[in-house]
Amino acid sequence: MVEFLSQAWPWYVSGPAIAIIMFLLLWVGGTFGVSSTLRTACSIGGAGKHISYFNFDWKNQIWNLVFVGGAVLGGWIASNFLDSNQVLGLSESTIADLAKLNINFDGGLAPEQIFNWSSLLTIKGFLVLVVGGFLVGFGARWAGGCTSGHAITGLSNLQIPSLIAVIGFFIGGLIMTFLIYPIIF
Amino acid sequence: MKYIKFIILGIIFGIIMTKSEAVSWYRIQEMFRFQSFHMYGIIGSALAVGVILIQLITRKQIKNIEGNAIQLADKNFSISRYLFGGIIFGLGWALSGACPGPMFTLLGNGFSVFIVVIGSAILGTFTYGLLKDKLPH
Repeated sequence: MVEFLSQAWPWYVSGPAIAIIMFLLLWVGGTFGVSSTLRTACSIGGAGKHISYFNFDWKNQIWNLVFVGGAVLGGWIASNFLDSNQVLGLSESTIADLAKLNINFDGGLAPEQIFNWSSLLTIKGFLVLVVGGFLVGFGARWAGGCTSGHAITGLSNLQIPSLIAVIGFFIGGLIMTFLIYPIIF
Repeated sequence: MKYIKFIILGIIFGIIMTKSEAVSWYRIQEMFRFQSFHMYGIIGSALAVGVILIQLITRKQIKNIEGNAIQLADKNFSISRYLFGGIIFGLGWALSGACPGPMFTLLGNGFSVFIVVIGSAILGTFTYGLLKDKLPH
């Protein structure tokens, strides 16, 4: 069983499984939307005293923080108990494209050469880790949701605003990948 | 322990996201370069099942475990907020290779520096709150 689960999961198992998580979250009285927890974090930190956007009763959102805490635990369990030491099945063409940008494919989930503490002191590392995170947080709230809220829940509920948001996600992602990456890396 | 169900769902979600490699910075690059079907397969099959489940909820008026009908509010229509916000989000998604769910999952996977990414995302959220009234919605 553990061996079976430790293989890389194919898309046709993972995708439906994510949809079922969305359904179960609704069923137990929540919703599937991870970026809302970032707003809750601001509220807990006292931002509501000065900015009305953060002035709400964050105690009603504890369930989502618990869910996100579970996601951290899930990652820990997967890497410690369900790891087959398999190399990520990245396509050859992506490996070649990234090599041209001096990013080596190391077989893990994310390139260690960027995702480490000392890289924070480099321009590239600062852009990826700090600016990248900032844009995700800013954009998610402006758009009213992230991948879970718009691309999965919103599109499943046939919401046109979510479709516009997802089109935006891709416009931004393509600009970053094809126009800005060659400048940064 | 009303929260135990949420932590269990979160754990399963974290495992799915890790084992599907959807948390991978490399996979996000592969997706934006259209070099594999993998991420499109995940999102596409999630949607195929998701649409059916949401239809089921609304048509059969399925109740949640507290006995209330599950409500999914329609989103207010606008183009600018979703398009501009979406573009900013997409720029960050391709740069950091992680949307909010994967940020937390990768932290559990041992990439401790994601604390900084999450902190920056919270700062981005705070800045949005600060500038909200000046942005088109």
